[in-house]
Amino acid sequence: MGAPYDRGLIEDFGRFRYFSAGMWAWVLHKVTGWVLIGYLFAHIAVLSTAIPAASDPEAIAAGTDLYTRTIQGLEGIFLVRVLEVGLLAAAVFHMTNGIRLLLVDLGIGLEREAEGFYVSVAVTAVITVLSIPVFLPPEVVPW
Amino acid sequence: MTDRRSRFESGSIAWFLQRVTAVVLLFTLGFHFLWLHFVNHAAEVTLWGSALRMDRFVYFIMIVVFLVTAAYHGLNGIYNALLNHGLSGRRRTVVFWLLTIAGTVLVIQGIRIAVAMAGVIS
Repeated sequence: MGAPYDRGLIEDFGRFRYFSAGMWAWVLHKVTGWVLIGYLFAHIAVLSTAIPAASDPEAIAAGTDLYTRTIQGLEGIFLVRVLEVGLLAAAVFHMTNGIRLLLVDLGIGLEREAEGFYVSVAVTAVITVLSIPVFLPPEVVPW
Repeated sequence: MTDRRSRFESGSIAWFLQRVTAVVLLFTLGFHFLWLHFVNHAAEVTLWGSALRMDRFVYFIMIVVFLVTAAYHGLNGIYNALLNHGLSGRRRTVVFWLLTIAGTVLVIQGIRIAVAMAGVIS
């Protein structure tokens, strides 16, 4: 076998036009996986405010401790709420596509890869749209 | 000549643990989102409320299991993706240990947070 042909960076990226459903599923599973593990580190960093806050019982009782102020402060930012919807979409797609991959490992649905991917996308879209009123109630929308 | 598209060997222990943690995460991540975004709302989170949840032994254990499986699944997933992109040799060793250290720090810090929250009640 000869050496792989170097298509160059631009042409490599341009190949997305020829992706099959299975290739899109593979790419999106990787991207959503990176998003979720990145978020886990950020999430633990934010929740770490509970450690110093836990030693201040008066502030906890008054709801003015560092942890409560940090979480509620972040939740008051419209962009954070929008990113939460995106996080939910990433998690739901990663989970539903992950179920498809687990079934493929068990020998189920390998020949129906495209349909499985479309179901994952549809379930993700429905749950994401239905979650919008929860994450973005009228009081946080700035217009 | 075999057509090896992935260096993440099917049947290996890492492959098996990736699937086991995936199944655990389907339940724990699903519960986490449902409980902390739809039943309770993130905007109404207080340390007292978080502490009340964490004070329950079953909830504490579930959160720790969630943390450990998410850290393993996520970082092992990154490692295997990098292997599939051709990571090898010395770089592979360095990346392996960097991810192992990052995961260990993440889990230790997460457990410290859970213990601090549970300690608020007592």
